Amino acid sequence: MQKLGDFKLPHFFNYPPYFTLQPVRETREKQIQLWKELILDYCRTQKIFVIRLEEEFPLFSNSVIERTLSHEAREAFLSALVAEGRAEWLDKGRRNCLILWHRIQEWADIIVNFVKDNGFEDSVMTVEEIRSGIESRGTELQGIDRTILVRALKLLEHKGKLAIFKGTSTDDEGVKFSV
Amino acid sequence: MSNFFSKAEVTSSGRPVLPRNEVECHLLSAVDLEPEDHRHFSLLKSGLLILTTHRLIWLPSSSASTPTSASAIPLAAISHIFSSKKSLKSVFHSPRIRFQVLVSSDGRVFDPGSGSGSSSGSGSRSVVVTAVIRGKGDCDGFLVKFWDSWRARAWETTEISGSGSASASGSGAATGTGGGLYSSDGSVRMVGVAGILRKEQEMWESTDKSLQDAFQDLNALMSKAKEMVMLAEKMRQKLLFGTSSQTSGTNDEDMGSKEEMQDWLLSVGIISPVTKESAGALYHQQLSRQLADFVRIPLERAGGMINLIDAYCLFNRARGTELISPDDMLQACSLWEKFDVPVMLRKFDSGVMVIQNKSHSDEEVFARIKSLVTKPEALRTGISPTDAAMTLGIAPAMAKEHLLTAESKGLLCRDISPDGFRFYINLFPEIDPCNMYFVKDNGICSTWIKAVSTTG
Repeated sequence: MQKLGDFKLPHFFNYPPYFTLQPVRETREKQIQLWKELILDYCRTQKIFVIRLEEEFPLFSNSVIERTLSHEAREAFLSALVAEGRAEWLDKGRRNCLILWHRIQEWADIIVNFVKDNGFEDSVMTVEEIRSGIESRGTELQGIDRTILVRALKLLEHKGKLAIFKGTSTDDEGVKFSV
Repeated sequence: MSNFFSKAEVTSSGRPVLPRNEVECHLLSAVDLEPEDHRHFSLLKSGLLILTTHRLIWLPSSSASTPTSASAIPLAAISHIFSSKKSLKSVFHSPRIRFQVLVSSDGRVFDPGSGSGSSSGSGSRSVVVTAVIRGKGDCDGFLVKFWDSWRARAWETTEISGSGSASASGSGAATGTGGGLYSSDGSVRMVGVAGILRKEQEMWESTDKSLQDAFQDLNALMSKAKEMVMLAEKMRQKLLFGTSSQTSGTNDEDMGSKEEMQDWLLSVGIISPVTKESAGALYHQQLSRQLADFVRIPLERAGGMINLIDAYCLFNRARGTELISPDDMLQACSLWEKFDVPVMLRKFDSGVMVIQNKSHSDEEVFARIKSLVTKPEALRTGISPTDAAMTLGIAPAMAKEHLLTAESKGLLCRDISPDGFRFYINLFPEIDPCNMYFVKDNGICSTWIKAVSTTG
């Protein structure tokens, strides 16, 4: 079985038609499903939050069989993810895509558990600390994409579980938990 | 203003009324008529300028703000047409046509038809008129026709034939050499330059007359042709309605004459209207059977399927003479459904049309494709239309159609790369998205994996 870094690739990754957008409807639907799963899996394990279509993305090329996904194919698969709510386009030109291998709600739950596990129920933390502080090491929150984190925090704020406030410097927003 | 010009009669839809011999020659739109000075008439703006054999007619455009009536200048009143100067200025301006018009004593355009301006009219006064062409018309072409019409002096031919008096042909002959042209008894003298010009004129006149005669014949022919077409239409209608209202008790004689009529129509070049609905004209029926017989052998050679175009070429070549048209071919093939012949016409999704044996089955072809595409070599690198063509024993274009059909049925998948257009056996149905890494034993995926891994 082939590997991409330390990621194990499925056997059909070497199947050349997998890299050509299929015209026949049924075949294409299956193809899209497989690509959606593969993208989510890969991003989850490699902690990739954004895919930029115009840049090299290791998953979209296979040097063994010498095939690369066309731009049209990439857009088709990512759009399918967006339609399912597991991704979002960051720009109108559809060049950058935010991958939500955890949905925002799932991230919110993870944050709540993180707070409870570490006893931060009534504390204050900066956003940056949540994603790169000592406590987050080894958890899923480590290195989380800032955009996603802020969205999850806003969701929790909306539910009244915390309050976001601006800190002393512009990129030092703080969070007061009231979980 | 409009008193200067002769009045031009206009129909209710705005077209000029042309007397019997007058023919329209050319047309220019968005034309202004400018006088050299405003004593005689003021500017006529943006109208339609029509040149006929007898006159220059100016029609106001319907959007004109001041209602001006249609005006005309008889060509007989024109004493000179200026040649166009091509200067640098003229490149940027709208093209202009300038000509000199004779003016009679009452300040109006010299009108040779009416009594005003007797033979003393020529040479009294003249005015230069400029036609400014602001539209997109062919100005040079118009000018040429203008010269031709003016020189042809069509009005004189009619006038000479109408009346014989000298005063009727009071046209300002180009150089106006005074009264020496006509001798006292009214006949024309061939003297000097005027004589030469006169000779030329007469040549023009006779040519014109013979042309007119020729056109009379053509007109007669056209009217006869119209009658023929109407007759043919009547026949057609009769045939059409005759068939639909036919009762079951029609006797043979009726049928025979109907067929005869169809054949006759066909020979004149009119396609029988009946062919579309019913068994069609005898000609097409015979052709259809003949084609079915002929196409048997090429079909065998081609492996059971042949491109319609190829069949058409082969058939016509075999016939040698009496070639059939593509339409005839199509009709003949479509008639096969009504007979009991072993061949049929088939149209693929891509639009390609083929003739194939009725016994040909797609399933059989797919089975052969499947066995081809599951060979180890094909599992590794797929197959191209050429590979399929060689194995199946058919033309590459046909092979491609088959592969595309197999793809649409879910048997194959396409692979497009710099290496070209290839097809692989479809593995997708066997893969479970919820369990992507699982490979079924003895399934197609495992066969594929084995074949692929032998290369290492």
